[in-house]
Amino acid sequence: MVQIKKLTLATVAGLFVANSVMATELTVYTAVEAEDLKRYAEEFNKAHPDIKINWVRDSTGIVTAKLLAEKNNPQADVIWGLAATSLLLMKSEGMLEPYAPKGVEKLDKKFVDKSTPPTWTGMDAWVASVCFNTVEGEKLGLKAPTSWKDLTKPEYKGHVIMPNPNSSGTGFLDVSSWLQMFGEEGGWEYMDALHENIARYTHSGSKPCKLAAAGEIPIGISFAFRGAKSKAEGAPLDIIVPEEGVGWDMEATAIVAGTPNMEAAKTLVDWTVTKEANVMYNTGYAVVAYPGVAKPVEFFPENLLEKMIDNDFEYAANNRKAILEEWQKRYDSKSEAKS
Amino acid sequence: MPTEATLEKNTGEAQPWDAYLQIENLWKAFGDFIALRDISLSISEGEFVCFLGPSGCGKTTLLRAIAGLDIQTRGAIEQAGKDISNLPPAERDFGIVFQSYALFPNLTIERNISFGLENAGLSKAAISARVKELLELVGLPDQGKKYPAQLSGGQQQRIALARAIAMSPGLLLLDEPLSALDAKVRVHLRHEVKDLQRKLGVTTIMVTHDQEEALSMADRIVVMNHGVIEQIGTPTDIYREPETLFVADFIGEMNKLSATVSGPGRVKIGSKEFVASGNGFSEGEDVIAAIRPEDIIPHGDTTTEHMAEPENAITCRITEMEFLGSFWRCRLESETLGSTELIADYSINAVRRLELAANKDLVIEIPSNRLKVFPRPTDEI
Amino acid sequence: MSVTTPDELPKGRPLALKLGRDDLMMRGFILVIALYLIITLAFPLYAMLSKAFSAFHFDLSQIELQVSDAEGNFDGTILSAAALNEKLGTIPEDEIATSSDGRLGLTPLFPDFSFRSPVLYKIRGTTDDTVYLVGSDRITGTEWREVDSNTFRRIVLRPVKSVGLSNFTTYFSTPSLFRSIENSLFISIISTIVTVSLAFGFAYALSRSCMRLKGVFRLIAMAPILVPSLLPGIALVYLFGNQGMLKEVMMGESIYGPYGIVMGSVFFTFPHAFIIITTALAISDARLYEAAVSLRASAWKTFWTVTIPGARYGLISAAFVVFNLVITDFGLPKVIGGQYNMLAVDIYKQVIGQQNFEMGAVVSVVLLMPAFIAFAVDRQVQKKQVALLSARSVVFEPKPDRKFDRICFAYCSLIAIFIVGILAVCQFAALVKFWPYDLSLSLKNYNFDVMDGGGWEAYGNSIKLGLLTAFFGTIVVFIGAYMVDKTRSFRTGRGLFQFLAMLPMAIPGMVLGLAYIFFFNDPANPLNFLYGSMAILVIVTITHFYTVSHLTAVTALKQMDGEFESVAASLKQPFYKLFARVTVPVCMPSILDIAIYLFVNAMTTVSAVVFLYSTDTALASIAVLNMDDAGDVAPAAAMGMMIFYTNAAARIIHLAVSKGILKRTQAWRRR
Repeated sequence: MVQIKKLTLATVAGLFVANSVMATELTVYTAVEAEDLKRYAEEFNKAHPDIKINWVRDSTGIVTAKLLAEKNNPQADVIWGLAATSLLLMKSEGMLEPYAPKGVEKLDKKFVDKSTPPTWTGMDAWVASVCFNTVEGEKLGLKAPTSWKDLTKPEYKGHVIMPNPNSSGTGFLDVSSWLQMFGEEGGWEYMDALHENIARYTHSGSKPCKLAAAGEIPIGISFAFRGAKSKAEGAPLDIIVPEEGVGWDMEATAIVAGTPNMEAAKTLVDWTVTKEANVMYNTGYAVVAYPGVAKPVEFFPENLLEKMIDNDFEYAANNRKAILEEWQKRYDSKSEAKS
Repeated sequence: MPTEATLEKNTGEAQPWDAYLQIENLWKAFGDFIALRDISLSISEGEFVCFLGPSGCGKTTLLRAIAGLDIQTRGAIEQAGKDISNLPPAERDFGIVFQSYALFPNLTIERNISFGLENAGLSKAAISARVKELLELVGLPDQGKKYPAQLSGGQQQRIALARAIAMSPGLLLLDEPLSALDAKVRVHLRHEVKDLQRKLGVTTIMVTHDQEEALSMADRIVVMNHGVIEQIGTPTDIYREPETLFVADFIGEMNKLSATVSGPGRVKIGSKEFVASGNGFSEGEDVIAAIRPEDIIPHGDTTTEHMAEPENAITCRITEMEFLGSFWRCRLESETLGSTELIADYSINAVRRLELAANKDLVIEIPSNRLKVFPRPTDEI
Repeated sequence: MSVTTPDELPKGRPLALKLGRDDLMMRGFILVIALYLIITLAFPLYAMLSKAFSAFHFDLSQIELQVSDAEGNFDGTILSAAALNEKLGTIPEDEIATSSDGRLGLTPLFPDFSFRSPVLYKIRGTTDDTVYLVGSDRITGTEWREVDSNTFRRIVLRPVKSVGLSNFTTYFSTPSLFRSIENSLFISIISTIVTVSLAFGFAYALSRSCMRLKGVFRLIAMAPILVPSLLPGIALVYLFGNQGMLKEVMMGESIYGPYGIVMGSVFFTFPHAFIIITTALAISDARLYEAAVSLRASAWKTFWTVTIPGARYGLISAAFVVFNLVITDFGLPKVIGGQYNMLAVDIYKQVIGQQNFEMGAVVSVVLLMPAFIAFAVDRQVQKKQVALLSARSVVFEPKPDRKFDRICFAYCSLIAIFIVGILAVCQFAALVKFWPYDLSLSLKNYNFDVMDGGGWEAYGNSIKLGLLTAFFGTIVVFIGAYMVDKTRSFRTGRGLFQFLAMLPMAIPGMVLGLAYIFFFNDPANPLNFLYGSMAILVIVTITHFYTVSHLTAVTALKQMDGEFESVAASLKQPFYKLFARVTVPVCMPSILDIAIYLFVNAMTTVSAVVFLYSTDTALASIAVLNMDDAGDVAPAAAMGMMIFYTNAAARIIHLAVSKGILKRTQAWRRR
C-alpha cells in the first residue's frame, strides 16, 4: 500500500514537474550543421517533450566570438556541438558550469574534460583528412598523396588548398596537429615546405574539400566528414588519411555558467551523453564519444579511428594565440609578397 | 478669428489704440550685419502702406519681423493694442501673399483657399460659401476646381490673395506680390488689389521696389535704405518734398547738381547763383541742388525776350531730344553750369509750341520752390 | 532730413521668439531623430574607438612564486614574477603586450626549468582577483598553490585590460596587417581608374551619340546595383577559376587576388560612377560645343577643352565615390581575394576568425581614414558641381554621325556584355547540377534549407528586412530632413543634425557593424535587448544608408516653395497638416525613391550586417557569403540571383507604383 501510494505521489509530482517545466525553453548555441539540428531536437524531445530548444547556430568562429562577446551577459543556456578548443577557451574565462552528466563515466575518457567535475563532454570527433580529386589529379598527372610529407613534394606545387588557421577551426586543428606530431621545430619546417605548394588559404574549413570536389583544385586539406558528403553527392573524390596521423577536434557540450534554467540545462546535457544521442551523432560522424556505438559511415575512410593522434587540447588552447601569431608572421605576409 | 463670413468694411468705431500697428526702435542683426536700424513706425487701421526701397534695404526683413517669420533682434511691435513682439507667426493676426504665390500645387484652387478655414469652426456649407464669395471677389468664380499650375501667373496671385484674406485677418502683408508678373498684368492687378483693400478696409503693408507701384497704390510710403527709414509720407509728399537726397534720387528722375551755399536760401551752381528752398546750411557748405526734369520751365529761345530776366533763369542749348511716348526728354547744356548736363521733360504740346529741337538754344527757369538743396554725401564727388 | 540714428545695436539680449506649439513639436522631432542618430551612430563609434584603445597585457607583478630545491624543500624566498623578468628579461616587451585571448607560460622565468625535474613550485596571486590557469582550470585568489614541475609548465597567465596605444603598435609592427593598407589603396586606386574611365566612355556614348538601344544600355548599366558586391566574385570564379569557362584568358594568372578584386569592383561600382558622370555630362553647355565648331576645333581638341573640363567635377566625384566603395567593400575580396589581404577583410578575420575584437577595432580606425578623406573631398566637389549646374543653360542635343555612333554602339555593347555576362554566368552556375562534372540542369542548388547560411528563411528575412528598412527608414529620413529644413532658428540643433546625417556615408559598413557589437552587446546597455534581433538589422541598415536618403529628401524639399510654412502659419494651420496634405504628396516621387533605395540596399548589404545577424535573422546576402565560404558556390550564386530578381521586381513595382501614384495624386503636374 505504502509502496503504491508513494508511486502515485511520485507520478503526480512528476506530472506536476513536467507541467511546470513544459514552459522551459533553452537557448542552445551550436555549430552543428544546419541540416542535423532538426533531427537532434526531435530526438531529444522524444525523451523530453517538456523542454523546447531554441537553436542559435553559426560557424564555429562566429559562435565562439558571440559567446566570448557575451561573456558578462550570457544569452545561452547550453552549448551543444562546439569545438572543444573553443570550450576550453570559455572554460578558462570561467564561463562554463562544471557538471558531471549522468552516465558520463561510460564515455571514452578522451572525450571528457579532465577536471572534476568536468566542464564539458565530447560528442563526436571531427577529423582532418585530405580530399583528392581523382579526375583533376589524372588530368594533371598527379598521384594521390598518402602522407602529409607527400604534400610538400614539388609536383604538388600550386595544387593544394588548406584553410587559414586564423579564420578556420579546421585550419588550426591541422596546424596544431602538425606541431604535436612533428614537434615545434619540425612542425614549422613542415609548414614552410607545405606553404610553397599551397595555392591559397581559404577562410572556411569545408571549402578546400568542396573546391576539390568541384575540381577547382586537385587537393584540399579539410575534414573527413565534409569529404564523405561531397563524395556522396557524386564528386570524384578520394578521402585520404595521411599515414602520419590526423589531427582532430571534437564537438562538445557544456552548460553556460549563470543560466537561469539550470535544471533543464542539466536534463539536456544528461541526454547528450546517452547512447541514443551518440547513435544519433553517428549519422554524420564516424567517431563518437560512446564506445561501441559507432557504425561505419558511408564513404568514410576506414582507418580513420586509428590514425587520430592523441590530441592535447590543453596545449592547443593555451598556445593558440602564439601559434596563430607565428603562422601569420610566416605565411600571411610571405604569401602577399608573392602576388 | 472670424466667426462668420464677412467682407464688409470696418465701420471705424473708436478703438482703444492709437495706431493699429506700432513699431518701436526695431533692430535686426544677422551676425555683424545690421539689416534694420532703430526703426519706429506707426500705421493706422485701414491704411495701405508701402515699404519702398532698393533691394537689400531691409524692407522685406521688416515685413518678416512684423509677420514673426524672422524675429527682430531688438524692439517692440504692437498690433491692435497687443504686444506681439515675440509671438510666433501662428499666434499673430495676418494674411500674407508672396511673390512666388506659394500656392499648394497639389491642392485645387478651392482647397487652397479653404486651407485655413477648415478648422476654424465653420460648417462645410459655410466654407464652400466663403470660398465661392472669395473667388468672386478676386474675379475668378469658375476656376475653383483647377490646380494652380493650370492658371496664369496673375490668376494665381489673385488666388493667393483670396487665400490670404479668407480668414479676414487684421493685417494683410504683401511681399512683392506683383514683381513676378508681366508688365501689363502688373498694372492691371495694382488696381484690383487696391480696390479690394479699400473694399475690405484691411490694414495692408506691401513691400515693393517698384516706385510706380508704391506711388499708385499706397496711402503712405515708407522709403527705406540701408536699414533705416529715409522718409514716411503720402505719395505726393514723397515725390514733391523728398526729405533726403536718397529719396529724391530713388523716386522719379532728378537732376543733381553740385552746388555751394552762397547765402540764406541761395546756392551757387557753376558760375551762377540760384534761389533755392532748403534751410539750415551754413554759407560755403558744399551741397547738392536737385530739380526734377518736369519742373524746369522752358521760356522759348533767347530771341523772344518778352519778359524781364526771371529769377533762376539760364540759357541752355538742347543737345539731344528723345521721344518717350507721352513726352520729350531733352538734354540741356549751359556754359553757366559748366560741364553738368540737365535733363528736362517737356510735354508734346510744349515742344510743339516752343518749337524745341536739338541744337537750339533755350532759356529755362528753375523755380526756386522746386530747387531742393541737400547736404552733399561725403562719398560723392 | 533723416533723424540721425544710433550706429550701435543697443545692449541687451537678442529677442527670442516665443515658441509656438509647432516650433516645440518640430524641435522635438529634430531632437528625437538626432537622438536616434546619436544612439545608432555616435555612441557605437565611440564604443568602437574606446575598444581600439583598450589594450591587454600580462601583469607579472600580480604573480608571486617560490621555488624548492631538488629535494622539494622551500626556503621561504618569495619571488615576484615581475622582478624575475626584470632581472632576466626572458619575456620581452612585445610578448607582455597581447590581446584578450593571449596566454603566457611562466617557464621562461626559470632558465634551468625542466618538466622532468623534481623541483616544486608555489604560486599565488597578489590580489584577490588575480587569475591564472592550470591547464584549463581557472584559479583565483592569493592562496599559495604547490605544483610539481610538470604541472608548472601548464600554468599560464591571462591578460589584464588597460588603456593605451599598444594595439596600434602591434598593428603597425605586424607586416601582414599593415600591408593591407597598401593593398587596399592599390586595389582601390586601380579599380577607380578603370571604372571611371569605362563609365565615362559609356556615359559619353549615351549622351553624345545617336546610337540605338540607349534605353537598354542604361538599364543594363544599372543592373549591378541590384546584386550584392560579392556576386561578381562568384561569376569570376566560374569564368576564370581553375575550372573556369574562359580560364585561358588569364594566361596562367590566378583570378584569386588583385585581378579578381579589380574586375569585380569594376562591375559593382560601375553604375555609381555611371550615374554621377551622366549627370555631369548632362549639364555641359551646348553653346560651348557650338563655339568649338565655329572655331573649327578638332573633335579631339573639343573633347579635351570642352568635354573633360565640363565634366571634371563629375569625374572627381565619381572617382572618390568609387574609391570609397572599393576600399570599404568586404564581400568581394572575401570571395575572390585569395591571399590578397585587404582592410575590410582583415576586420572580419580579426573579429570572426580570431575573436580579436580590439584589433578589429584598430583596423576599423585605419579604414576610417581613407573613407573619411574620400568622403570629405567628394562633398566639396559636389558643392562646386551644384554651382556649375545653376550657371549652365542650353542642353546639348547630339547629331547623328554614322561612324561615331557605330563605335559608341560597339563600345557600349562590350560593357553590356560584360555586365549581362556576369549575371548570366551566375544564373547558369546556379542551375548546373555539379560544375564541371555534371552539366545537367537542376534546381538542386536552390534547396537552400540543407545548406549553411540560413536557407529560404534567410531569403524571407531579407525581404522582411528590406520592407521594414524601406518603411521605417523612409519615415525617419524624410521627417528628419523636413524638420531640419523647415525648423525656424534653432541653429545648433540643426547643425548637429546635419552633421550626424552626413556622417554615415563616411563610415564603412564593417566599421559600423563592429561598432554596433561593442555598443549594443554591452550588458550594461539598456538597449542590449536589441542585439540579435531583426530590429538591430533594420537600425544598422537605415543608419548605414542614411546619408544618400537624407540628401534625396533634402533636395526634394528644397525644390518646394520655402514660403509654404509661412503661409500655413499665417492661416493658423499646424505644420503637420501642411506636411500631410502638401509636403508629402508633392514629394511622393522622392519618397518612393528613398524607399526603393533602402529596400535594394537592405537586400544586398553584407558589410553592415555581417556581425549582427543571428540564426533567426540570417539574411540572403549573408547566406551568399556563408555558402560561398563553405564552398557551396553554386547555391551562393543561386541565392545571389534570387536577390537580383527580387530587387528587379521591386524596381518594377516601384516604377508601377510611382506612375500610379503620380497619376492619381499628382494630377496637378499636368497643365
